[in-house]
Amino acid sequence: MEAAPTQALRVENIAKRFGALTALRDVNLHLNQGEVLGLIGDNGAGKSTLIKILSGFHKPDEGRILVEGEEVALRSVEHARQVGIDTVYQDLALVNELSVYHNMFLNREKIRWPLLNNRLMRRLAKQHLDDMGVNIQDVTVEVAKLSGGQRQAIAVARSVYSDARILLLDEPLAAMGAKEGTLILDLISDLKARGTVSIIIIAHNYAQVLQVCDRVNVLQHGEITFDKPTSQTSQQELTDLVVAEYRAGRAARAANNRRSNP
Amino acid sequence: MSDTIASPAATGADQPEPPRPARRVLRTATDAFLRRREASVLLVAIGLVVYFQASTPIFLTTDNLRNIAQATAPTAIVAVGIVLLLVSGEIDVSVGMVAALAPYLMHYAIDLYSIPAIPAILLALVIAAGIGFVNGFITIRLKVPSFVTTLGTFYLLYGVLLTTSHAYPVAIPEPTKGNIQTWLGAGDWATLAWCLLVVAIFHIVLTQTRWGLHTISVGGNPLGATEAGIRATRVKTGNFMIVSVLGAFAGLLEAFRINSIDPNIGGGTRITFTAIAAAVIGGTALAGGSGTVIGALLGMLVLAELQNGFNLLGISANSFFLIQGIAILASMIANQYLSRLRRAGRT
Ligand SMILES: Nc1ncnc2c1ncn2[C@@H]1O[C@H](COP(=O)(O)OP(=O)(O)OP(=O)(O)O)[C@@H](O)[C@H]1O
Ligand SMILES: [Mg+2]
Repeated sequence: MEAAPTQALRVENIAKRFGALTALRDVNLHLNQGEVLGLIGDNGAGKSTLIKILSGFHKPDEGRILVEGEEVALRSVEHARQVGIDTVYQDLALVNELSVYHNMFLNREKIRWPLLNNRLMRRLAKQHLDDMGVNIQDVTVEVAKLSGGQRQAIAVARSVYSDARILLLDEPLAAMGAKEGTLILDLISDLKARGTVSIIIIAHNYAQVLQVCDRVNVLQHGEITFDKPTSQTSQQELTDLVVAEYRAGRAARAANNRRSNP
Repeated sequence: MSDTIASPAATGADQPEPPRPARRVLRTATDAFLRRREASVLLVAIGLVVYFQASTPIFLTTDNLRNIAQATAPTAIVAVGIVLLLVSGEIDVSVGMVAALAPYLMHYAIDLYSIPAIPAILLALVIAAGIGFVNGFITIRLKVPSFVTTLGTFYLLYGVLLTTSHAYPVAIPEPTKGNIQTWLGAGDWATLAWCLLVVAIFHIVLTQTRWGLHTISVGGNPLGATEAGIRATRVKTGNFMIVSVLGAFAGLLEAFRINSIDPNIGGGTRITFTAIAAAVIGGTALAGGSGTVIGALLGMLVLAELQNGFNLLGISANSFFLIQGIAILASMIANQYLSRLRRAGRT
């Protein structure tokens, strides 16, 4: 709060319910200019839900969002893109039936009215993937034919080359092999060095989080319960934090069982 | 790095490989052809021509070709719309009734409200678009599966048609006689010309425009398309409207051609089902995400050839349906098999 004159993104008191289920209760979070923020938490903690609110996909039930100091009510994914937010979704949002290059320009197609400018999109897609070091020989193949890691690389490349100022990456490393994972981490480091984009990244591998992030937040029970610079925390602390809860729950259940069957 | 990719891009070539011996090029070309979904249907269409021409010499006469063209064209126009809608993941079984209703709408506008011919025709098309919009609205906003929605509108429109027309055929309105009627269906090759135009336009729409890409996306991965910011509601509703308008257009062409407005144009469900059959035979999957407009035209051509050829050979019309049924099942099975082959074929 006392930090930075302009925060790239600021989230206040966000709540989101799906029917009877409360996915997010009261989320407060900020992202400084040029910063990489790691967001961790259990499966089902609500991380993806938060990302989808920031991407304009879901509307929050409560709370407000500030982009570069200005409050915005994100109306749609397109609107979020207009204010500079781009997202790699956990499910990647790729269309199997379309080619690699059409996926890379999905809903951002290059047009030579009234037709698609396929040649330009092919060239740019190839160029972006090569720049990233992703090995895809033929950008005209359908993404259905690619491996999980290649698909993920395409989804990441699509966002990274979108000129967004805020990138939201929901588990961009999940299906990556060691080499490709490093490739994405390097890419994030490059972006950080340039200092023009601010990034929220969700990951379950704490070593990777600590390697690439400036700061870590933990989402638990619909709230941010932990917020520290990476320099002041460790893999051990993060693991303990998430596992401690599980241990406590197990101990409580065990105690319960003992009480009910003496 | 950008240097290495600049060269193939500059030449605009898809495949940056060096030139190959002619035989391999030929083989790749055959390969590419056979990979296209339309290819097998085209082969069947050509095979039927050869077979029927060998069996009866009048098959390839101008008169008979006109018959085939006239049997193909209106339903193929409907099938084009059906393809777009199926690709976007929905279906419309009411379109045949829109085809039957449209000429009546024109007739009411001209003969009851004294509206001039061209505006009356446009009015019928606009009302058809409205029907498509309602189908889309009920399906998407009110979350009724499109089969059920359009089954409902099918009966609803049937009711409207029968109550307003008292189930009587009427004559083509006087003001449309002459040029309009000739151009819009009565001319010898008019329906075929319109059909080819519609096929060409929507082939380009589906494969070369943003609308087509979004139609495929919405049908192929509804959630992903929405996450990417594509307005699925708008795309689907638009395609419902396209089907309806094409249905109305086909109905008008048919009325002008047979020179009478008949409540039984296309036998109600006939035109719809034949159009869906043509789309399916042409290689469009009901699951959404893939389909071809040209395939639907070829599928319709195959059905028309069969019907016509059987007629010429004096085989009873009843067994035609037997063949049509087998054709649908066989092409669906072949599609499944071929798409598995295609998927296995490359990287
Ligand atoms: N569209 C939805 N409708 C109903 N419930 C939902 C929806 N999306 C998410 N939820 C629920 O909200 C909760 C949070 O889900 P979310 O996907 O945000 O978790 P997550 O932290 O991303 O988990 P993971 O690490 O497994 O990806 C879950 O209980 C989930 O079932
Ligand atoms: Mg998630």
